[in-house]
Amino acid sequence: MLYTLIGKKIGMTQVYDEAHNLVPVTVIQAGPCPVVQVKTVEKDGYQAIQIACGTRKEKNLSKALKGHLAKGGQQTAESLCEVRGENTCKVGDTLTVAGFEGLKMVDVIGMTKGRGFQGVMKRWGQQGQPATHGHMMHRRPGSIGMRQTPGHVFKGKHMPGDMFVAQRTCQNLDVVKIIADKNLILVKGSVPGANGGEVLVRSAKKPALKLAQKSA
Amino acid sequence: MNRIIDEITSVQLQSGRDNFKVGDGVRVHTRVREGDKERIQIFAGIVICRKGSGIHESFTVRRMSAGEGVERVFPVHSPNIDKIEVDRESVPMKARMYYLRDRIGKAANKVREKRLLDQITK
Repeated sequence: MLYTLIGKKIGMTQVYDEAHNLVPVTVIQAGPCPVVQVKTVEKDGYQAIQIACGTRKEKNLSKALKGHLAKGGQQTAESLCEVRGENTCKVGDTLTVAGFEGLKMVDVIGMTKGRGFQGVMKRWGQQGQPATHGHMMHRRPGSIGMRQTPGHVFKGKHMPGDMFVAQRTCQNLDVVKIIADKNLILVKGSVPGANGGEVLVRSAKKPALKLAQKSA
Repeated sequence: MNRIIDEITSVQLQSGRDNFKVGDGVRVHTRVREGDKERIQIFAGIVICRKGSGIHESFTVRRMSAGEGVERVFPVHSPNIDKIEVDRESVPMKARMYYLRDRIGKAANKVREKRLLDQITK
């Protein structure tokens, strides 16, 4: 199981590292996340844990959710999340950012900001055409294919369209600092979503590639 | 600013970095690391701009070096800055003294010095 926490994106700032470089960081408030349910192969067909985070007013909790949380020894929770994989967790354990101590990299999963219907320049980073010197085709997509052969537009051709809210994973973000007593983790660079949005922070799934790149 | 972010950055702010302003002639002592050794390098010139706030704050120092204008931007709260000495104070008429870039010769270093202004007002 990858060590995972539910967190909230606080915002971005800059901090100085040991070598006195100014590093851009995103501050994430993650956990503490109590384990409210442990799923087993015998009972559920697969291994997983369910973690909770945050608080909600009692009037906003359904009876079903209240009963489910009570089984896990919790009064309230804002959000729940399942983490699959082999584990040795028990109901009542609490996961905190201290579990990331010593880790070099984490992945951050979040929902992007929606941008509505956008053209190819914003949506796919295409260059567009010159603005001046008689050009009259400034931000348009240009040619979208050939002639009679192949006779159709290729599937997946980059076109204008809706840049909707979507789940995105930022892999292998460097852990700059962990402030355990305030449940804060500082990761290098940006993460998906608006400030105050919910994100998942987990130990990096594929750190090997980045580590190889760094040492090379 | 967000309270949590404020707590993180406020501990990194250096004290005694508010002793200079735009228009002042300053000597910036910076720590330069060469291999294992560390030495102090001095960049002297006129502060032509100071912008940003908190941990993001930076200032620009302009000097004439062999007839060529040289500008260097420093983060105000960089731990690489040992100290900032103020050589001469001035009374700038602008918050950003970019007009010095268009000047050549003697005028390039000319700012309205505080000393002169005091004499006039007396």
